[in-house]
Amino acid sequence: MEFVLNFLLPVLQQGLVWGLVALGVWMTFRVVNVPDLTVDGTLTTGAATAARLLTMGVHPVAATLAGFFTGAAGGAITGLIHTRLRVQPLLASIITMTGLYSVNLRIMGRSNIALFTLETLVPDNPWGKLALFAATAALLVLLMNLFFRTELGLSLRATGDNDGMVRMLGVSSDSMRLLAFTLSNGIVGLGGALVAQYSGFADAQMGIGTIVAALAALIIGEALFGAPTVFRATISALLGSIIYRTIFALALRAGFQASDLKLVTAALVVLALSIPHIKRTVRLPEGSEAR
Amino acid sequence: MTGLTIEGVHKTFFPGTVNEVRALRGIDLTLEPGEFVTVVGSNGAGKSTLLNSVAGVIAPDRGRILLGGVDVTRQSEVQRAARIGRVLQNPLAGTAPSLTVAENLALAAARGRSRGLRWALTAAKRRQFAEELAQLGLGLENRLNDKVGLLSGGQRQALSLLMATLQRPDILLLDEHTAALDPRAAALIADLTNRWVRQHRLTTLMITHNLEQAIRLGDRLVMMHEGRILFTVGGAEKQGLTIDGLRQAFERVRGEEFTYDRAVLAN
Ligand SMILES: Nc1ncnc2c1ncn2[C@@H]1O[C@H](COP(=O)(O)OP(=O)(O)O)[C@@H](O)[C@H]1O
Ligand SMILES: [Mg+2]
Repeated sequence: MEFVLNFLLPVLQQGLVWGLVALGVWMTFRVVNVPDLTVDGTLTTGAATAARLLTMGVHPVAATLAGFFTGAAGGAITGLIHTRLRVQPLLASIITMTGLYSVNLRIMGRSNIALFTLETLVPDNPWGKLALFAATAALLVLLMNLFFRTELGLSLRATGDNDGMVRMLGVSSDSMRLLAFTLSNGIVGLGGALVAQYSGFADAQMGIGTIVAALAALIIGEALFGAPTVFRATISALLGSIIYRTIFALALRAGFQASDLKLVTAALVVLALSIPHIKRTVRLPEGSEAR
Repeated sequence: MTGLTIEGVHKTFFPGTVNEVRALRGIDLTLEPGEFVTVVGSNGAGKSTLLNSVAGVIAPDRGRILLGGVDVTRQSEVQRAARIGRVLQNPLAGTAPSLTVAENLALAAARGRSRGLRWALTAAKRRQFAEELAQLGLGLENRLNDKVGLLSGGQRQALSLLMATLQRPDILLLDEHTAALDPRAAALIADLTNRWVRQHRLTTLMITHNLEQAIRLGDRLVMMHEGRILFTVGGAEKQGLTIDGLRQAFERVRGEEFTYDRAVLAN
């Protein structure tokens, strides 16, 4: 029971709530083929929006959804800088992320807001927390899978694959990229709003490293479970996120300091990125025997 | 059916620099509705630049492009795409590899419409796509759910051609679309092109490096050189044309130009 309460439940909760963020990041990664650093800013934007609204007495559901919209607005700015001003997407996202730091402080009015004493969407009961995050993740996976089967969703996927073809077929690849940045950061903002209510505070620094953590989850998930279809990719992202948080928790138990965790993350990303290469190297002798 | 009019189109890349290239030096060409025109010419003659200005990929410096009498010169590539089908030389250019055959066709079937939250694929659409694919004779109708990345270059180009013609475009633009294929696949694609262009009476502008193909296919042949149209051959004259005859005509016209240039310089 100690194991379940102190290890398994927190790992699943964290894996799922950060899994939402990974799903958001997956969208730009798939459509624009670039890791979107905006999320380091928009995670905080979503958290700050929800926290500020909660302190003002706004209903937790409305406050959480508001995090989606402010996150989406942040993403739209990156999308506009990239598509209208022809700035490279990676650079555009760094610019927005930098600017958002000040915006987030303005939203909060100070550098952090504690939520412990307030009524939030996230229940106190650990099983309740898990149920909320699992339901949100399931809903998001469902919505994404439905969306990517529509004409619009298909055009988004095609843009990541071959944007020249998309334009030949009369779809503006710029609009698709703008839409991807917007939706993706909306999801990240929503994730940030939930993370803030889960951890009991919003903080101007909380978004730092979001992109790397999300990439770690995506890369681990894809390396272990594959991502041949939208459905498999979204499930792999969630599983990857849970595994990533598990490794984190294990590292803490093994005696790493919380301040060491960024290094653990960096090492994990390198490891996960090398999995396909390792797989190939290990299989090589069998292949040469067969020949 | 809609024709195409190209009026006095000029295009210079990097004007006023040492890299200046006068790619188009005044092109006038009209395609009647349903007319099939082939374009030949040496490398760098400006053939692709001409097609790209019709498609809206590049903006001409001067001149106008009219599609069915409507001036589209100021329209973007995406705006024009509703009425233009295109197949390029690279078989990878016209399809999305990680989407399935059916998904690629669904994108093409929505050409010219705004993309909303309708289902991209329905049972009815799948049946329609299977029927269209069966006409290719490549067995692709049984591979609707395969990713396009798994197909060969020839299969992908056949799919690109189907996607370009699925919505019966006002004009079909082909830029050496058989050049990157092995001879068998190239012959197949050329054959499919001819069949569909005739069957659907598509107004077509086809660039080819293959003189035999240029003579055999189409109603009229256009020879380009250094950004200009040297001559066009149509009707009975084209039917009697041989590859050697075409080469001689090219040398003769170029020779005349050369003498003309010398005369101008001497003055
Ligand atoms: N986008 C471009 N930018 C600069 N130069 C170009 C561009 N496209 C074509 N050119 C130049 O214009 C000339 C004509 O090219 P092109 O139309 O591709 O010839 P063709 O298709 O007949 O071989 C060439 O010298 C080429 O280098
Ligand atoms: Mg060319």
